[in-house]
Amino acid sequence: MGIKIISSGLLTTIQDIGRYGYQKEGIIVSGPMDAFALRVANLLVGNEEGAAAIEITFLGPKILFDSDHLIAITGGDLSPTINGEKVKMDRPVFVPQGSLLQFGAPGLGSRAYLAVSGSFTLPKVLGSYATFLRAEVGGFKGRALQAGDFLPTADPTVIGEMLLTNLLKKTTRSNWAQASWTPMFPLFPRLERSPTLRVIKGPEYALFTPASQQAFWEQEFTVTTDSDRMGYRLQGAPLLLEEPKEMISSAVTFGTIQVPPEGHPIALLADHQTTGGYPRIGQVITADFSKLAQVPLGQKIRFQEISLPEAQQLFIQQEKTIQEIKRAIGYKVKF
Amino acid sequence: MEHPLAPEALTELNVYPLGDAAVVLEFGDHINRLTQRHIQDYTAYLDQHPFPGFVEYVPAFTTLTVYYDPWVVSQQGTQSPYHTVVTYLTEMRLHVKDSPEKPGTKTVEIPVCYGGKYGPDLEYVANLHGIKPKEVIELHTQTTYLVYMIGFAPGFPYLGGMSPDIAAPRKDKPRAKVPAGSVGIAGKQTGVYPIQSPGGWQLIGRTPLQLFNPHRDQPSLLQAGDMIRFVAITEKQFEKKRGAANGH
Repeated sequence: MGIKIISSGLLTTIQDIGRYGYQKEGIIVSGPMDAFALRVANLLVGNEEGAAAIEITFLGPKILFDSDHLIAITGGDLSPTINGEKVKMDRPVFVPQGSLLQFGAPGLGSRAYLAVSGSFTLPKVLGSYATFLRAEVGGFKGRALQAGDFLPTADPTVIGEMLLTNLLKKTTRSNWAQASWTPMFPLFPRLERSPTLRVIKGPEYALFTPASQQAFWEQEFTVTTDSDRMGYRLQGAPLLLEEPKEMISSAVTFGTIQVPPEGHPIALLADHQTTGGYPRIGQVITADFSKLAQVPLGQKIRFQEISLPEAQQLFIQQEKTIQEIKRAIGYKVKF
Repeated sequence: MEHPLAPEALTELNVYPLGDAAVVLEFGDHINRLTQRHIQDYTAYLDQHPFPGFVEYVPAFTTLTVYYDPWVVSQQGTQSPYHTVVTYLTEMRLHVKDSPEKPGTKTVEIPVCYGGKYGPDLEYVANLHGIKPKEVIELHTQTTYLVYMIGFAPGFPYLGGMSPDIAAPRKDKPRAKVPAGSVGIAGKQTGVYPIQSPGGWQLIGRTPLQLFNPHRDQPSLLQAGDMIRFVAITEKQFEKKRGAANGH
């Protein structure tokens, strides 16, 4: 049982919720760029929310299903089709053996997540399935997926089987089928082409000139094309310090916006280094990571200030949304 | 870089958030052994007494950053998650002082084949200071270095204590590929590249030791607080040790 990669797409990797506990040894968390989308994809097929799934970047792969599977696709809309027919996002989908999943022109967002009920049977490295590309650790042989790779899958989960049974009431096992429902809640992150991201002032915010502080909140930044899973390089009027500051290296994290001396900020993402030495002007809040991760390269973003207590309230509300989705799927299984 | 007597490191504690899921404890702004030891005591205590919602920590030169899950912490009380964690970490500080003396710090010997194809910049460093390559090796191997922090890449040690007599500026143009095990000098720092990566340090040698191996229980050979010594070996010994490290 498994799936076969026919063509690789731009950057297709195995990610789970991330590799925690080793940052003190310089080993980054990796994991999904859009963790919310990965968690929802897993819940929709009855997996543990942090299970291994496939992260698909902008231009998707071609995937052949070697056996019957229950899948879900979440995150950015990369125009998925099964056997040439359009697939809806954010719901359980049944794909019979021999089906071909393809992706088309990217719509809103730039990263999709594909979860398979039962997930993949790959070796865990340091407690995680996440691919850490630079160290060639985890995922599938520590690298991005390539044409010809075969990913073995485990049996569907109990909840996955129940979701599948519901789905097959309206179709036969030989046709692919998708659920008519999707778990939409008010706090489901809404993707936008040029989003405004909420930011807490960073530890070194006060070191920037008043003009640069103002520019940080008021100008638009372009996400340049030399961005990757490590960070987005942002282009705008340069942000400058009142006076040069030689910093002692310290921890940086997902969402940290650091500013090298030439003044163009870098927003750190899933594959960020564990420590850094550039002034940290701000920190994108966790509840906006999905929006940040889904911005296509070349697009524009803006920053808006928010307080730490508000950011933590939004964090908690987002976790409650995940719980609601879990409950909603539980009802679908029961009735 | 060294300030052996800096008692303020123990009294100054600056606490600030790093985003909505981490807090930084900053112990003064001097890099010194006392601060380093204090941070180590803290992490040892935290290992023994993690709080509900604790995720992990990253010790650095003068800071300890503690990651937590605000959702889990929010279920512990009525304060904001940040304040709950700060209260815990500042109260913990009183206990850290009382923590029993830890077992002696370990010293790791790192065999290095200096110069030649493994240390293409050894001559450059020697010429820079008008000394012989042999003297660079002597100065590099005579010191016991302290691992202040691990960062940049898996298992990459930031070392303190190198002789200023062999300090050298970074290369104008970084190499696209520095092989794993390369021992380099950048300014007054020295260190070892655990995995192949781009890098601008002056390479003076290479070690056959694996500083990073994801399949070991402790993937990084070195931890913050360890002491290390570089020991010169011949090319023959290098090849032999590398064979052993690779399981041949």
